[in-house]
Amino acid sequence: MSTVAPVSRPTEPHQPPPGPAVGLIRNWKTPVALGVFSILAFVLLVVFGREGVSTMRLSTASDVIQLPDVHLPTRETGIVITILLFAITAVSFWLVVQRRKTPIWLISIFAVLALVGFLVWAAADATIPVPGLLFGSLSLAVPLIFGALGGVISERVGVVNVAIEGQLLAGAFTSALVASITGQPLLGLLAAMVAGMLVSFVLAAFSIKYFVDQVIVGVVLNVLVTGLTGFLFSQLLAPNAATLNAPPRFERIDIPILSEIPILGPVLFRQTLIVYLMYIAIAAVYIGIFHTRWGLRLRAVGEHPQAADTVGINVNSTRFWNVSLAGAIAGLGGAYFTLGSVGAFGKEMTAGAGFIALAAVIFGRWDPIRATLAALLFGFASNLQNVLSIIGSPVPSEFMLMLPYLVTIFAVAGLVGQSRGPAASGKPYIKS
Amino acid sequence: MKLELRGITKRFGALVANDHIDLTVEAGEIHALLGENGAGKSTLMNVLYGLYQADGGEILLDDEVQHFAGPGDAMKAGIGMVHQHFMLIPVFTVAENVMLGHESTKAGGVLDLATARTKVREISDRFGFDVDPDALVEELPVGVQQRVEIIKALSRDARVLVFDEPTAVLTPQETDELMSIMRQLKESGTSIVFITHKLREVREVADRITVIRLGKVVGEASPTATNEELATLMVGRAVDLTVDKAPAKAGKPALVVQNLTVLDPLGNIVVDDVSFSVAEGEILAIAGVQGNGQTELTEALLGLQPRVLGEVSLDGKAIRGHSVRKILDVGVGFIPEDRTEDGLVGEFTIAENLMLDRADGAPFVRFGNIQRGALEDFAREKVAEFDVRTQGIDEPVRRLSGGNQQKVVLARELSRDLRLFVAAQPTRGVDVGSIEFIHKRIVATRDAGTPVIVVSTELDEVTALADNIMVMYRGRIVGIVPGDTPRSVLGLMMAGASGGSENPTAPTGEGAAA
Repeated sequence: MSTVAPVSRPTEPHQPPPGPAVGLIRNWKTPVALGVFSILAFVLLVVFGREGVSTMRLSTASDVIQLPDVHLPTRETGIVITILLFAITAVSFWLVVQRRKTPIWLISIFAVLALVGFLVWAAADATIPVPGLLFGSLSLAVPLIFGALGGVISERVGVVNVAIEGQLLAGAFTSALVASITGQPLLGLLAAMVAGMLVSFVLAAFSIKYFVDQVIVGVVLNVLVTGLTGFLFSQLLAPNAATLNAPPRFERIDIPILSEIPILGPVLFRQTLIVYLMYIAIAAVYIGIFHTRWGLRLRAVGEHPQAADTVGINVNSTRFWNVSLAGAIAGLGGAYFTLGSVGAFGKEMTAGAGFIALAAVIFGRWDPIRATLAALLFGFASNLQNVLSIIGSPVPSEFMLMLPYLVTIFAVAGLVGQSRGPAASGKPYIKS
Repeated sequence: MKLELRGITKRFGALVANDHIDLTVEAGEIHALLGENGAGKSTLMNVLYGLYQADGGEILLDDEVQHFAGPGDAMKAGIGMVHQHFMLIPVFTVAENVMLGHESTKAGGVLDLATARTKVREISDRFGFDVDPDALVEELPVGVQQRVEIIKALSRDARVLVFDEPTAVLTPQETDELMSIMRQLKESGTSIVFITHKLREVREVADRITVIRLGKVVGEASPTATNEELATLMVGRAVDLTVDKAPAKAGKPALVVQNLTVLDPLGNIVVDDVSFSVAEGEILAIAGVQGNGQTELTEALLGLQPRVLGEVSLDGKAIRGHSVRKILDVGVGFIPEDRTEDGLVGEFTIAENLMLDRADGAPFVRFGNIQRGALEDFAREKVAEFDVRTQGIDEPVRRLSGGNQQKVVLARELSRDLRLFVAAQPTRGVDVGSIEFIHKRIVATRDAGTPVIVVSTELDEVTALADNIMVMYRGRIVGIVPGDTPRSVLGLMMAGASGGSENPTAPTGEGAAA
């Protein structure tokens, strides 16, 4: 059989288009940003440096393997770290002059050093319990991670999910109510999933079936759920708190051996069922999205719905059920508020976690693993504020309260750069 | 497989897109469906493919009536389609695109990519496609993407293959390769429906030709018919396929571009160090396959691109880095390549669209108020002058046909005193009648002494209009050659081979309709 030889093609067919013009236009953003942070570090750690010894506690009392506390002289550590920060800044400047990019690992080292410097400075003559700091970070990150997983699924299939906040809140309320009445936290968990799903049904119906702007539906849903749960709370739960708002909490389950790993063991493996479910959910969503038929179709619908349609995939039902699934997952995150940490529903107890989860989705570039890491970062920023106010740091607590949100803004605006979301996210699929 | 369409009717509201269309495609036949843009060819094929539900008529495969509720049914029945706008997910690999919709999985629902890869390789080898199953689709040249579409259809055992305007995005060489692929498919027993408005291709490859006009079959033709006969059938009246133009009286260079480089937002070079000049009274046509930097080049000239290096001067004055407003004020007229996106505001009336670029002062705006009277007089005059077929100057522009929309853009841009006229894809999606008109106005603009740049991916248009032709490939200029350079040479240049080395032997332009 004859073949069609690409005779007249003068260049290799797979030759990529002209590559990135590295350095044709020099990008000074990274070194300048690093420079600014280095100067800030100099002012804080050296000019306003504090005398004393900072202590980092690495083990909890119940650990089998006890690590000794680390004692650092506050001012000297600050000076060393400042010098290192300036060194990295200089390297970054040099790289730009050489028309090269600053590698991401160098920026990561910079960030970790700056963080350690700040912690040491804040903990002059005080002790920071590192496992406690990390444990609290994870706790605060759990609802964010569930919310972000829901967001990733929803956006990957092409529906912007601004209603994560509403899904979390609905999950929190319903799980508290159902678990209180039945005395079964597991039933509360299921109820939370159903509640999150119901919120998603509304989002899906309006945005997919009636082409209403997805962001508007999402925002309205958040307000609706806030109002509804607030009303029911004050009319129903508050007067009958003992019977309707006293859910049994999940017990902590220590995983043998794993929970004895120094530092991380107690943080990751002395947790409740919800957190272990979360680990499974992260892995399942990741594998599901990138390695299964479900994920392939989901991504196809979110990238190019018409192409999916032409190979026989029902775009709108794929969107509807996956947005519902996203709601169920976010609902689980809501259950953590009541069944995992606080133990009772409180009015507007999610306090914007849904929006931070949305930021984690974007910061994590629509990837479940990266979004999880982003949520952990935000959780860490929140908990840092808690820990520092407990040990009595000189930073005003009002300023520290801003920290998680500052981190969010900088992370989303500055570091994301040219990340590209699912192409058809936010656009209804209207068959002509 | 034999395909038969009987009395297919499809309405969109009051518009009858397909009016009792009958079409029979025998097994192993290449059947061309010829018609102008908007004649209803694509609608018909979308009905066949199950994307639209017909309001009347039936589809028969091997004499059995079929009912397609969606593309899935059509594919199961053995119909494959290579869409005009590729239905490929850009961020997926070739194998993922091919398997999408009929994935084979391993235990636990995990995708079985190995099987898909094997399938791609097997079909690719059978037709000599040279497609890497693991390549990301968005990184492939369009010609290869089209092969992925063909592989996709064949992997589902398509026995009737529909090609919807497949050559619009291809170089002439890629087009030739596609033709031989089609012949090969035909030999292996596949029936092919080939939708196009390009007469030359039809005559080259088709066994039979059905011509559609305004949603109706207006006749059958044999491939031996002349271009004029086919064009007459297609348009419904005799068409003049050549553009009358006197030799250019080129004056001094007006637009001078030196070492112009344009970067995209990711920092990739999309226009790579180009230098050229356009003289007064000259048409420079920029030829090349879509996506080789032409768009960015014209946008850079207009000040629409933010990351530009190099020099651009018009009549000796530097204009690079100036705002669009300033560049328009210097006297640059611009027809953007996507008129509905960049050239017009669809919901605005014809009159409002005609004053879009002059909303900040006399004669249409005084003390912040639009001067209705002046605007209406102006609009009526322009509608008459540019032969815009409309119910009135207050009709929203989106209701006009493509050709009439383009005339509105043309009227607006040519109604100022121009020192440079840039027309990007001026006749894309425009009916033959309007093409004639637009071409005449472009030549008239040149004859008035204005330097003109025409960007076109259609070689017919390039050879019809150009005094000089500049061919672009991957952001670079392959060469600047005289307007009478043979198509074969231009075709090679569009694929990246530098021009000028070959002896011009073939006569200029085969004179097909654009």
